[in-house]
Amino acid sequence: MAWISSGVGCSHVPALGVAVDKEITQDDYYGPIFKGFEYSKKWMEKEKPDVVFLVYNDHCTAFDASCIPTFALGCAAEYQPADEGWGPRPVPVVKGNQRLSSHIAQSLILDEFDMTIMNEMEVDHGLTVPLSMMFGTPDEWPCQVIPLAVNVVQYPAPTGNRCYNLGKAIRRAIDSYDEDLKVCIFGTGGMSHQLQHERAGLINPDFDAKFLDYIANDPVTGSQMTHIEYLREAGSEGIELVMWYVMRGALNDDVTEKHRFYHVPASNTAVGHIILENHAEGKA
Amino acid sequence: MTKSEEYDDIPGTIVFDADRSRQGYHLNMFCISLREQKNRDAFTADASAYLDKYPMTPEQRQAVLDQEWNLMLELGGNIYYTSKLAAYHGINFQELAGIMTGMGSTDYRAMMLAGGRSIEGNRNKKEWEDK
Ligand SMILES: [Fe+2]
Repeated sequence: MAWISSGVGCSHVPALGVAVDKEITQDDYYGPIFKGFEYSKKWMEKEKPDVVFLVYNDHCTAFDASCIPTFALGCAAEYQPADEGWGPRPVPVVKGNQRLSSHIAQSLILDEFDMTIMNEMEVDHGLTVPLSMMFGTPDEWPCQVIPLAVNVVQYPAPTGNRCYNLGKAIRRAIDSYDEDLKVCIFGTGGMSHQLQHERAGLINPDFDAKFLDYIANDPVTGSQMTHIEYLREAGSEGIELVMWYVMRGALNDDVTEKHRFYHVPASNTAVGHIILENHAEGKA
Repeated sequence: MTKSEEYDDIPGTIVFDADRSRQGYHLNMFCISLREQKNRDAFTADASAYLDKYPMTPEQRQAVLDQEWNLMLELGGNIYYTSKLAAYHGINFQELAGIMTGMGSTDYRAMMLAGGRSIEGNRNKKEWEDK
């Protein structure tokens, strides 16, 4: 049977992708950020998931204003890195797992989560930056990826509670899959940031620290946080953080926190990162 | 413009909700079209003819031509869209933030390096009015 072994929370700041692509990850500005992910790359080499289930948001790339699905599940054989206006990122094509995607789509819909099914979809920095942060710059991504795009651009994003419960349904879907596959789930976006209007540049480290504590230790309480609190305290774009609750919902109630990292700034944004394992330490 | 929402009290912030999405639809569709080189070329060749393809309000159209970034957001634009127009003009996200905040790029970048804009004093409109 398939099983979820671990979860990763990770910002997907586009500037980090630019830093990787321009090979400036060791400079004074980006060096401290990529140092925070050195452990993560080593951890990932040992973790070796067969599949990464990656929760992210599209930034008006695959979806423009004409179509805004709240939850869009990738069911394609592969996903091309998109041209966001300055050429596609020079990263490998993202390979999917169509049979598993179809199973998850069917299971979620029967579980009363009304998913949009994407049989073709380009993926933007929201998906490719976390892959770069966790896997570096391989010629091929070392595992298959199933994307789940969540609307967080047009208010309202789904609630933290809904995301958390969707995570639980994804867990049920993966647990009921007939093939032996090890799955790592990513929740991406955030942390606190605001890109727009006169309050742009907002960063709230206290909020972010509290958020990471909730994610690790008390997701049921954390998932009840209201949209107004995200918007006010974490900035208008900080609401991306609800996507981490999809990841968290798919894990056990109790998890082992293997790694946590936080840094300000990357461009306009606070960078946050956490690695959670489903099993107790020492057990395979 | 719309019924008052709790988030309208956040200072210097335009929450892109369904009402604003409706008002800004053609503005946003214009902006996102600039993701493609052939459209950027067409806009460069004849801005007026290109804008005619998108039935924006006269106010929105003027804001586009004047590069009034905050006004575009107030008229229903969303930052992920307007940033494509900014990119067309060679303005990146951080430079755009420098303009929207009125700080300029150098001061804005320095603020970010020093930890960003604090939440203290920036939670509600009353705090800004008192400043
Ligand atoms: Fe994002």
